[in-house]
Amino acid sequence: MANRNEHFVADLAASEVAEIDAVRISEKPTNLYLDAWRDLRKRPMFYIAGVLILAVTVMALFPGLFTQTLPNDNCLLANSNAGPTDGHPLGFTRQGCDIYSRIVHGSSTSLSVGLIVTAMTMAMGVFFGALAGFYGRWVDALLSRAGDIFFAIPYILAAVVIMSVFSDYRNVWVISAAIGIFAWPSTARVLRGEILRVKQADYVMASTAIGVSRFKILMRHVLPNSIAPVIAVTTISLAAAIVAEATLSFLGVGLPTSTMSWGNDISQAQVDLRTAPQVLIWPSLALSITALAFIMMGEAIRDALDPKARAQR
Amino acid sequence: MVGYIFKRVLQALPVFFGTTLLIYFMVFAMPGDPIVAMFGDRGVNQAVYEQLRAQYHLDQPFLVQYFYYITGIFQGDFGTSFSGQPVGDVLAATFPVTIRLALMAVTIEMLVGIGIGLFAGLRKGKLFDNSSLVMSLLLISTPVFVIAFVFQFVFAIKLGWAKPTVSGAAGFTELLLPAVVLSTLAVAYIVRLTRSSVIETSGQDFVRTAYGKGLTRQRVVRVHILRNSLIPVVTYLSIDFGVLLVGATVTEGIFNVPGVGRTLYQAIIRGEGPTVVSFVTVMVLIYLAVNLITDLLYAVLDPRIRYGK
Repeated sequence: MANRNEHFVADLAASEVAEIDAVRISEKPTNLYLDAWRDLRKRPMFYIAGVLILAVTVMALFPGLFTQTLPNDNCLLANSNAGPTDGHPLGFTRQGCDIYSRIVHGSSTSLSVGLIVTAMTMAMGVFFGALAGFYGRWVDALLSRAGDIFFAIPYILAAVVIMSVFSDYRNVWVISAAIGIFAWPSTARVLRGEILRVKQADYVMASTAIGVSRFKILMRHVLPNSIAPVIAVTTISLAAAIVAEATLSFLGVGLPTSTMSWGNDISQAQVDLRTAPQVLIWPSLALSITALAFIMMGEAIRDALDPKARAQR
Repeated sequence: MVGYIFKRVLQALPVFFGTTLLIYFMVFAMPGDPIVAMFGDRGVNQAVYEQLRAQYHLDQPFLVQYFYYITGIFQGDFGTSFSGQPVGDVLAATFPVTIRLALMAVTIEMLVGIGIGLFAGLRKGKLFDNSSLVMSLLLISTPVFVIAFVFQFVFAIKLGWAKPTVSGAAGFTELLLPAVVLSTLAVAYIVRLTRSSVIETSGQDFVRTAYGKGLTRQRVVRVHILRNSLIPVVTYLSIDFGVLLVGATVTEGIFNVPGVGRTLYQAIIRGEGPTVVSFVTVMVLIYLAVNLITDLLYAVLDPRIRYGK
């Protein structure tokens, strides 16, 4: 009873007030990329995609680790379209070559086309997108209209025309250029949109106020803060480039048949679809799994880099 | 409204001239002399050579040649195919089949894609949602020609449900299998687009209001959620039309559908450069036209575009 008179208001514990007032600051240093990295490590999709990509990369760099059979040696026509035998787990092609070995040795073609196209679209897309988004006005008008023109031609159709023009010079570089030249506008569009948003930020105005040059603002502040969606789009477009190469090879305007590639193998197997479907199925499967790995990786990265998408999950 | 249409058509013009100029430039850069090729093995007759060069305007500078070409397009002259037929005639014969195939594919895309997407979006995180996402990833990462071969092998050759190739008549039932193949790519994207759109719309205030008014779930889903989720899907369909055209080239080639795509496919396979270019030009023009029409339709459907900016 005596205690009651001592307190006229509800007891406020000192610790509670401190808790309410305290601004929650995480112990760990953090930024967008660290957050994304922490998020990625919790997702099974990232690991599955990562392991697949690693496997294909090692396969492309060191095919000898996966098979001792050389793809074009010991091709016996007696084995034409034959099923699996000892030492040849997937059977033989129409020419009697080992399918498994051809898949292993063909991986470097698909991967290098994917990487070259991605490097090209990234370079062109970032360059044009950044200029258009950051400098605006006539630069934007000019570059965006130019991008519209390239965007309006479906890039596989464009690549078909280019490859028909350069029919005497078909190699990995030419086919990558043919795909890349028409694939950059989508990257540029993504970056331009993001830069338009970032440009409004207070830190950009602050930098302008203290007299940082426009170019330095773009390189130091705007670009690093707007590149995240481009990374995700680019990873997915790597898969698209691999599929595009196979489609062009399938149409017969891709790489010459002497170059080993999954697209060529699929294209050559189509005549025997009825009698020996496995010759077509295996390289197709390799192609799909590789593309799937890059798409999954791209989606995982996109979700991880987008705080809104992280919160929605 | 008129102002918007005028502005949009005006915007389409530089893209039209740009794309045709670009494609024409690529042909211009093509190695080899087409007139010399016309003589074959017989050797070149100089007088005839000069006359043919003048007849095809090849003695003119690049921009003048392009001008002749573009006026030709406006007069319906798309060039001559390798076999000597005017491309316009070939188009007239093959285009209806491709339109039929494309319409069937788009219908399947919409029905299946929106259906699965809506179902998955309403049951976010459940088994159906997750499995449909995995399926769509698989479809996206498989090239359309692989899907075409697998479907042809399984459904036509093994199960015998359909004919592996299409006859000259290209009837409705015959086109069903190629249309399903053609629709697979976009179906995956439409499922994902509808799903995320449905999830986003379901969280909107007007949906809560609709439930609060006491409307049935069925009506809220149909009228409030679905209709508002369809806008990005329609946008996607028009942008994706280019992919559909490329897919049609491959699918028509594999299933022997007598459409524009197969003509292009065969020209590519045979290495008939000039024919390929004329058909690619036509396809790009169709693509541009479809995009223009969709944008104009928006103005009709969406008052914000009609009156605002």
